[in-house]
Amino acid sequence: MSISNNTNTQFAYGFKRGLPIAFGYIPVSFTFGLMATSGGLPVWLTIFISLSNLTSAGQFAGTSLILAGAGYLEIILTTFLINIRYMLMSLSLSQKIEPGITLVQRLIFGFGITDETFSVASLESGRLSYPYLIGLITGPIAGWTMGTGFGAMISSALPEAIANAMGIALYGMFIAIILPPAKRLGPVFIVVLASIGINLVLLYLPLFSFISAGFRIIIATILGAGLGAYLFPIAQEESVEEHQ
Amino acid sequence: MTNAFIAVLLMALVTYLPRVLPFLLFRKEIKSPFIKSFLKYVPYSVLGVLTFPDIISSTGDYRTAIPGTLVALLLAYKEKSLVVVAIGAIVTAFLTGLLIP
Repeated sequence: MSISNNTNTQFAYGFKRGLPIAFGYIPVSFTFGLMATSGGLPVWLTIFISLSNLTSAGQFAGTSLILAGAGYLEIILTTFLINIRYMLMSLSLSQKIEPGITLVQRLIFGFGITDETFSVASLESGRLSYPYLIGLITGPIAGWTMGTGFGAMISSALPEAIANAMGIALYGMFIAIILPPAKRLGPVFIVVLASIGINLVLLYLPLFSFISAGFRIIIATILGAGLGAYLFPIAQEESVEEHQ
Repeated sequence: MTNAFIAVLLMALVTYLPRVLPFLLFRKEIKSPFIKSFLKYVPYSVLGVLTFPDIISSTGDYRTAIPGTLVALLLAYKEKSLVVVAIGAIVTAFLTGLLIP
């Protein structure tokens, strides 16, 4: 991807790359819409949560806390902890975007950073342009919001068995993102296994039971990726995809 | 008394801030190979951690979630797209749910 490509081409390419994410989001956000309205939130607020938060784990947790009548501080802390991982992602992306992208443009496309848009963007070869990034996040924002709307409006009509089965959709997408590179690249495979192993230790050893879910994710990620960086440093200007 | 709308606005704020703080704080390119490698491994690490073991309780019954997980792993191993993997997992969980009394 070069700077000379015109804006429309870059936007269209980004949009195309975002479409699978958008479609993948629909069943997940549908489930969220279903959950939130069946829990008692109005349809408009449920849709507004997805439009304004654009995240899975964080808004799921925050919404269940709202439904449970928790206080503001608890809601803020839990959501923030779950979302701290975005700092790692935008820090990583800030190294990969075209240096000429202005601060205001960063503040705009930054809204659309999710686990999936980040994964797709970080696996592109070359520098990322602003039109590409806007194209990339457009579909996922629309898919996430519309899926939520469908779920919120249909919530009373859908059989419970289907709604339950849809809970696995998000995780299926995560597996689809990590498994192909992990299969091809030994270091990625080891990083993923180590991270999951650390996560399980933190989750099931009573010694670590004081660690909240959000912090557990952060610790396991930092240790797992840190171990990978220590054992398998990637040479400069070489992407993970090319690293054999 | 918690106002749901205000709570949602606060959630939006603490979701947005981590996404843009690094843009405000770090403008220079990072040179350290360790940090660069670390950041490249983060997405795989975080997605792995988010998935396992939570996927086992994602459908409300491990007897439907485990077959769904296995199908997702198989389809992903065959490099199917995100949507195909997600739908394969949903359909498997749904169908095995029908078999469970």
